[in-house]
Amino acid sequence: MNTNLDQIYLDYQSSTPCDPRVVEKMIPYFTEHFGNPHSRNHPHGWTAEEAVEIARKQVAQIINADPREIVFTSGATESNNLAIKGVATFYRDKKDHIITCVTEHKCVLDSCRHLEQAGVKVTYLPVHQNGIIDLDLLEKTITDRTVLVSIMAVNNEIGVIQPIAEIGKICRDKGVFFHTDAAQAVGKIPLDVNAMNIDLMSISAHKMYGPKGMGALYVRRKPRVRLHALINGGGQERGMRSGTLPTPLCVGFGEACAIAQREMVTESAHIKKLKDRFYQGIMNRLTHVYCNGDLNLRVPGNLNLSFAYVEGEGLMMGIKELSVSSGSACTSTSLEPSYVLRALGVEEELAHTSLRIGIGRFTTEQEIDMAINRLVEAVERLRVMSPLWEMAQEGIDLKSIQWANH
Amino acid sequence: MRKLLYLDYNASAPLRPGAKRAMIEAMDVIGNPSSTHHFGRTVRHHLELARKIIADFFEATPKQIIFTSSGTEANNLALKGDFASVIVSAVEHPSVLKARPDATICPVDSSGQIDLSRLTNLLTQSQKPTLVSVMLANNETGVIQPIKEVVALAKHHGALVHCDAIQAVGKIPIHWSQLGVDFLSISAHKIGGPQGVGALIISPEIPLRPLLVGGGQERSYRSGTENVLGIIGFASAIEAGQADNWTQVDHLRNTLERSIQKICPQATVFGGKANRLPNTTCISMPGVTNDIQIMNLDLAGCAVSAGPACSSGKVTPSTVLKAMGIPEKEAATAIRISLGWATQADEIDDFLGAWHTVYKSCSPLSEHK
Repeated sequence: MNTNLDQIYLDYQSSTPCDPRVVEKMIPYFTEHFGNPHSRNHPHGWTAEEAVEIARKQVAQIINADPREIVFTSGATESNNLAIKGVATFYRDKKDHIITCVTEHKCVLDSCRHLEQAGVKVTYLPVHQNGIIDLDLLEKTITDRTVLVSIMAVNNEIGVIQPIAEIGKICRDKGVFFHTDAAQAVGKIPLDVNAMNIDLMSISAHKMYGPKGMGALYVRRKPRVRLHALINGGGQERGMRSGTLPTPLCVGFGEACAIAQREMVTESAHIKKLKDRFYQGIMNRLTHVYCNGDLNLRVPGNLNLSFAYVEGEGLMMGIKELSVSSGSACTSTSLEPSYVLRALGVEEELAHTSLRIGIGRFTTEQEIDMAINRLVEAVERLRVMSPLWEMAQEGIDLKSIQWANH
Repeated sequence: MRKLLYLDYNASAPLRPGAKRAMIEAMDVIGNPSSTHHFGRTVRHHLELARKIIADFFEATPKQIIFTSSGTEANNLALKGDFASVIVSAVEHPSVLKARPDATICPVDSSGQIDLSRLTNLLTQSQKPTLVSVMLANNETGVIQPIKEVVALAKHHGALVHCDAIQAVGKIPIHWSQLGVDFLSISAHKIGGPQGVGALIISPEIPLRPLLVGGGQERSYRSGTENVLGIIGFASAIEAGQADNWTQVDHLRNTLERSIQKICPQATVFGGKANRLPNTTCISMPGVTNDIQIMNLDLAGCAVSAGPACSSGKVTPSTVLKAMGIPEKEAATAIRISLGWATQADEIDDFLGAWHTVYKSCSPLSEHK
């Protein structure tokens, strides 16, 4: 693990380090058990197939599903694409309306846009200022043409938790399938596909201390959800997803789920303590810092803070030793302000200076304290140089200023 | 314990030690390759290094390599583009055939090679844009397709060409520019890399419709965080494979076939008259169905296959042999034996012994019966 304090990893929503216990479980499947159809003769070994089925059970268990409801994929992006395009395409003749939300992950939104080009109608629900959807509005938006509601469990940028059980109930009552992108939620908050009436759920391994290139889609059997496969071929995963399964990655994913299920309660408490320490540390030393998304209805490992009166790129340059993200990793190469923050009504200047701080299993108190210091120093340094900060200190309302056009 | 013989490289090759080492080392690398911070850049560096190694091997540019989760996905990605007509050979892998149920099937001759005059006819009738998908080498018989002729015909008719090279990679030279195709599918686990990684090599100027949309990774052709470990293993396997001695494998395969035919002159090598991969043989044991052969050979410690080993151990009639005009009854007596870089002469001897024993006890042609 990274113990080098020259660089502090605070980007757990982007990707998590593979847990050493997961690595340990995977390695034998890269070596003696790897792709070896004869490992059944190995006195201590399981066959690759058995290992995959054990993993499938471990994944099912963490969300209270049946192992037969787990379809292994290459990651949450594939799961989201498969769920949304797969269901919409399969039921296309009967129903042609999907409801999602403006703050969903890009792969959900892009899947929906792709379907719109094919004539499917998509409603993008707005969110309240705290990032949570309006349940009444959701209910009113569902029509007899609606086939699917896709609402993420936890937002990747602002960490807010949507009222999944309530959404599930509305969908079940209305006879509409409910898909949730739970890539950021599994292992962090309790999820139960039956209690929450979830019909489809996307899971990612590398967001929960498992390997990259691995994920799953939960597909309910009763009442049965059917979908059109995206990848056809040998008919693996009950025809829903063809392609040879990567045994070691399946094993690693399963182990990651087992660990998360076992340790979720203690781990959440540990992470929440670190997050509170970070938040308090910043708020005690800096003013004009805003938390994006509901401060309480969020996963313990996420903070999304905006720093007024600093300049975004300058801030990033000033905290080079902190590996944090501005906006989601997938789109962070672009300098456009985050569409998630825009949906919350965050002003453009503040959106530009937002940082996503992702705290996780291996974060230490020492790293948190170091990060607070680095961040406070950088913000103070930038503010000293800022004429806007000076004006604000003098009590000038910046919004009242008529800027000259150049 | 008895020594086990693995002669099913076409299903999945064993992981090369170098690939294993490279992946275990890379497990310590953390972060998302799309992140711009220190950790993200480090992962990105590893990823791009691997991409370069793979591109160099095929004499392509790194920009042309689109990583996927498997060869199956690479085939689906190419086939599911916006084509008005798709023409595929009758012996393609299910991931090609099933990706486009609307495709027109071009027959093959009795040797398993695509019928070029029929292809010409189909191309004349096809609507633009047209895609022709022909594999480089067949997974069951090892028969190599006349891909240069296919490309010439397709180009003449303004069609694009996809080539599934998954079984051919490493075993015969593949140079992007010499091949002249527009899309090429490759897979890691057939050449000693890990399962769960493949790639589609694309022409820089030809548009592709992504199967998976989202974060815009892989130049927006394939969204989803890259399987960095797997990709590193893939590149390492490609590098290691360059030292393989396929002439030696070819020699072993030929010895195996000759020896089997010495035991049983009626044993047929399917596609044997065509140009083939050096490691593959599809051979019959007259009068003995392949499930019986597989079971008995398995008991003797030999892992071979009755055909494509995709979804399950289920033995279904081979569509490849059917397409070659082999009667179903005869096709049901064929097994696929696929050798690898690590196969040794004594292993072939052991296999022959096992084959002979099964033949003696099961075949009505055997004088011992």
